[in-house]
Amino acid sequence: MNLWWLMLVCGVITFGIRYSFIAAEGHYQPPTWFRRLLPFVPIAALTAIAAPELVLVQGEIMLGSGNPRLWAGLVAIIVAALWRNTLLTIACGFLALFLLQRS
Amino acid sequence: MNPAQAFSLGLRSVMPMLLGVAPFGVIYGVVALQSGIPPLAAMAMSSIVFAGSAQFLLAQLVGAGAPLLLTAGAVGLVNLRHALYSASVAPVLAHLPRRWKILLAYLLTDEAYAAAIPHLMAVNENSPHAAQAHWILFGSGFGLWAGWQLATLAGVLLGAQLPSNLGLEFALPLTFIAIVVPMIDSRARLMAALVAAAAAVVLAAMPYKLGLFIAVMAGLVAGVAMPRRVN
Repeated sequence: MNLWWLMLVCGVITFGIRYSFIAAEGHYQPPTWFRRLLPFVPIAALTAIAAPELVLVQGEIMLGSGNPRLWAGLVAIIVAALWRNTLLTIACGFLALFLLQRS
Repeated sequence: MNPAQAFSLGLRSVMPMLLGVAPFGVIYGVVALQSGIPPLAAMAMSSIVFAGSAQFLLAQLVGAGAPLLLTAGAVGLVNLRHALYSASVAPVLAHLPRRWKILLAYLLTDEAYAAAIPHLMAVNENSPHAAQAHWILFGSGFGLWAGWQLATLAGVLLGAQLPSNLGLEFALPLTFIAIVVPMIDSRARLMAALVAAAAAVVLAAMPYKLGLFIAVMAGLVAGVAMPRRVN
């Protein structure tokens, strides 16, 4: 089978998904319940992507002291809540991870 | 804000994420070659498909000789959450000509969306900048695109010679934390985050990132279902 055709099909599918609602905007009337969901998309999506990175170690839930990424993540959450500064949050998260991994 | 400033804002916002994305791009390049994909095709996939986890899956399925329909279906499932990003940014882009919509849809990755959305949400409320909002998304989208191409190229050319265990991937969840935490200003938003996080962890083992998509949907429903505080 031709690899290039497969890539093209997958590229078209990926683009189609990303273009779907952007293209449809103005051509349809979204139901009210759907519009009420949208303000939560950034929070729900980014949290759902990040949470497993903190909690899971090789696919297993790990909440104890043996999971430095979890504690470094919590440090980052606190720093982000207090100072709302992206670079500071990232720096403190990495610093916490570094210190925890050494101890 | 003029277009150059908006573009630069988007570009700067996506920069920290490149730190986390670069190792993935390098590993993708290595995995693609190991799956028997020629270097040129492995590079081309990064611009034709341009979707990190889908490219990993595609490389693996090609290596395993999976049939076209299954592979295409799997790639579609893995990218399903991008439809929500599309719906989320659609109102801001509604006034643009079609060529802009096509360009920004092509660039609409997790990272580009994450970097631009706080600015786009702010734009909605005070309209003076609204006319340039698409430049912010273009800046973050272009920044991620360029970084992804370079990382893939490095993976294809240098491959296993590059260190991939530096822990730089952690920059991604950290940046997402930095973006999401300041957005949580109500009980409904807190509930959306908590439900999405819990569901994503519990469902993480589901194939084709279906658990991630279900977790996002659960978070959306939880946010809407939360009764508004009556003062």
